[in-house]
Amino acid sequence: MRYLPKSDTDRREMLAAIDLKSEEDLVSYLPPDVRIDKRLGIEDGKSEYEIVEYFKRLADRNASGYASFLGAGVYNHFRPVLVDAVVSRGEFLTSYTPYQAEISQGTLTSIFEFQTMVCQLTGMEVANASMYDGSSAVPEAAMMAVRITGRDKVLIARGVHPEYREVLRTCTQHQGMPVEGLAYAKDGRLDLDDLRHKLKEDVAAVIIQTPNFFGILEHVSELSHLVSAKGALLVVVFTEAVALGLIEPPKEADIVVGELQSFAISPSYGGPYAGIIATREKYIRQIPGRLVGETTDAEGKRAFCLTLATREQHIRREKATSNICTNQALLALMATVFMSIYGKEGLRELAEQNLAKAHYLAGKLPLKFDAPFFNEFVVRANGKSPDQINASLLDRKIVGGLALVRFYPELSDCILLCATEMSKREDMDAVAAAFIEQ
Amino acid sequence: MIQKVSKHIVQNEPLLFEQSSPGKHGYQLPPLDVPPVDAEKALGRPNVRKEIEGFPEVSEFEVLRHFTRLSTWNYAIDLGLYPLGSCTMKYNPRVNELVARTEGLAWAHPYQPEGLSQGAMEVIAALEQALAKITGMDAVTLQPAAGAHGEFTGILMIRALLETRGSARKKILVPDSAHGTNPATAMAVGYKVENIKSNPRGMLDLAVLERAVNEDVAGLMITNPNTVGVFEENIKEICAILHDKGALVYMDGANMNALVGVARPGDFGIDVMHLNLHKTFSTPHGGGGPGAGAVAVAKVLTPFLPGPRLARANNEWKWNHDLPQSIGRVRAYYGNFGVLIRALAYVMAHGGNGLRQATLDALLNANYLRKLLEPYYEIAYKAPSMHECVFSDEWQAAKGIRTGDIAKRLIDYGFHPYTVSFPLIVRGALMIEPTETESKEELDLFADAMISIAKEVEQNPDLVRGAPHSTRTSRVDEVTAARKPVVRWKPRSSASQAAD
Repeated sequence: MRYLPKSDTDRREMLAAIDLKSEEDLVSYLPPDVRIDKRLGIEDGKSEYEIVEYFKRLADRNASGYASFLGAGVYNHFRPVLVDAVVSRGEFLTSYTPYQAEISQGTLTSIFEFQTMVCQLTGMEVANASMYDGSSAVPEAAMMAVRITGRDKVLIARGVHPEYREVLRTCTQHQGMPVEGLAYAKDGRLDLDDLRHKLKEDVAAVIIQTPNFFGILEHVSELSHLVSAKGALLVVVFTEAVALGLIEPPKEADIVVGELQSFAISPSYGGPYAGIIATREKYIRQIPGRLVGETTDAEGKRAFCLTLATREQHIRREKATSNICTNQALLALMATVFMSIYGKEGLRELAEQNLAKAHYLAGKLPLKFDAPFFNEFVVRANGKSPDQINASLLDRKIVGGLALVRFYPELSDCILLCATEMSKREDMDAVAAAFIEQ
Repeated sequence: MIQKVSKHIVQNEPLLFEQSSPGKHGYQLPPLDVPPVDAEKALGRPNVRKEIEGFPEVSEFEVLRHFTRLSTWNYAIDLGLYPLGSCTMKYNPRVNELVARTEGLAWAHPYQPEGLSQGAMEVIAALEQALAKITGMDAVTLQPAAGAHGEFTGILMIRALLETRGSARKKILVPDSAHGTNPATAMAVGYKVENIKSNPRGMLDLAVLERAVNEDVAGLMITNPNTVGVFEENIKEICAILHDKGALVYMDGANMNALVGVARPGDFGIDVMHLNLHKTFSTPHGGGGPGAGAVAVAKVLTPFLPGPRLARANNEWKWNHDLPQSIGRVRAYYGNFGVLIRALAYVMAHGGNGLRQATLDALLNANYLRKLLEPYYEIAYKAPSMHECVFSDEWQAAKGIRTGDIAKRLIDYGFHPYTVSFPLIVRGALMIEPTETESKEELDLFADAMISIAKEVEQNPDLVRGAPHSTRTSRVDEVTAARKPVVRWKPRSSASQAAD
């Protein structure tokens, strides 16, 4: 029990100090029929060595040493070494939410920098201190739009990540917020006719994603005119943050929702990640989650603190804007370090490499859609089944793309492929070959 | 003017944007092994941005030094006792960090083939099973990202079950001692909230409860031990009152560190509860996240768990998406997997025997501190404390000193403050949770500090009122921050306009 810093002598002394004879007396007042005295059917404690070995054994049963062309919301980007050097510092790793500003300036300052970088990246005016992840930030943005517009309906494009859409449905089902899907057109972008048809005076928010789930860039400014003309808010989602190094930020959006996993957060089988919500300054009091603001200390020096807490549940209780009471500070810090290292030129060069790799691979394959794409694209399986292609790639230690039938039954012959700066030319050639070989 | 200030080497660290200058680089990419692509041609000119205006340009070492300097401005559990009540700031074992970074786990993609994900799925299965044993419940979902997210998941399941019985009902009962997330959660699931008054002993009043429970009540959200650190001694009766009227009981497991190996919520009638893995199970708070909010349910609620669920077939784990009664996903993928790895490593390190000992030590530490501090601070409730003790600032208020002042003065003594002014039912609350990972020596130091402050309040209250005196940053003006929110940095010219 190496995590318990007490000798038996300490325990005896402390028990004596509180006038108890034995440890069991600490729980003797619990009703006897709820008290247990057993080992819970869990094995006895293990040494550090055994624990490391156990997880190594499990890791060996996962894909290891495979090249991967999976994207679909989770991307394979290099993690600069500095990221772990920073987040491993106990002062960041083992501190709590920075409620006590005087001794939390490290976390607060880094979050202020994070909020600023997210604004610069997205073209928005204010950003919060992060959300659980991209998916759970979508319903928060939808509810925010409902509060702002006083309307209740939400339209969401089918080009938004399917699991994000599912989360939206789960979270809004008892909010009196009808959610309706918007079709995609032949070129993979949002179907504008479907939008025009469904966009009525009762719509609070239109939620799109760019690059969308198929990797395709949506026409954000055109959409924003349509949406604002009807008095609804445009919510723009992104899952591949690296794209923002190169593509025009969604400045016309009212709310931007994103996932920053691409910024030095390892895929980790789906989490933890860091989501964001950014918006216009006029909506600042409607943002859910934590915000860090600049102020001064008693000596007039610049200082930072959590602010606008009157939106939050610990003050407002049932009237709060959201029940969320944590952010993802450590992951936001990873993203902040990542953005700092790459910086203005680096993030662009990184995005350009992603674009070049994806277009190299896509150039060899039959594409389903013909609209501009960033580092993901949909490919037709060319008379084979997506499963066949992926199986043949596994033999070469390559994890292929996502068979889209899982989320889009009508795309049963299609695979979503992703190439990043980590994709090697020889592996891409092997992927292309797998589509052609008999 | 000398830019480097005298007191300490890290006193004057500017923001990264203020250190930035064009042409500095902190990165180098490998040479491109494919032909470059003209972005404007590939994406269309209007789709390509000119630059990321204002984005930093700094070198690698400057980045490291910047964040290292910032880190020294933080207090952390690694530096000393962090007695935030209800937050369970315990030691975060470093082996957990190591194993969470094991390549095959850290780089597992959520959509990689199930046949190549068996190790990750085994982690999830093993933790689900361990938590079911610890709580005495039937099944566990690890999908929720945090405690409040777990509450939301749990109340959604209650609603789904009641709907199958014909009516979702109208309201959720919440004791006045509850965490603020509880009422906020009930609202998010479309319920009205009815607050239930605690009795003078800090517990739920059975008679009041009985009057409140009727066919409109969907459930009760209860924290046990409650937020004054006291075990609800009538918990079985409480559950029976709700169950008799067809309502369910949700337990906020924020205080589970008092119960592991000592009592199981499944044994005293709880239908659904969450566990904060970043509290009870030692995963680091990281300055405010990530957490993970596992939810454990009794059998009656298992069909409603969020999907997908793990299933075993042919000696392999599979994800089962065919769950007709499920409430649906509460987040993408399978939860905060990296946090789950750490929690499982914690359970393994302690084992069944160690988990119980950890709880007993947590109770011992809280009661030891209570005993040392009781002569100097008014204990809020006489009932026996479990893992935390709650005082009121009643005696100090007579001198004009409130709990927030004492908390700030504690910083001068090298400790993080306790939880201030919560629970709301205690006037000027000081809520202290030491956890089991503090030594007797550290507790004695903390008690000395608290006692010394109590004496200062008598002799020199201004010293306490003006605290902290020793920090890099003195008392922060939170009022101005909220009145004129500045939530992002801007280059000097526009920033000074904003300040006018």
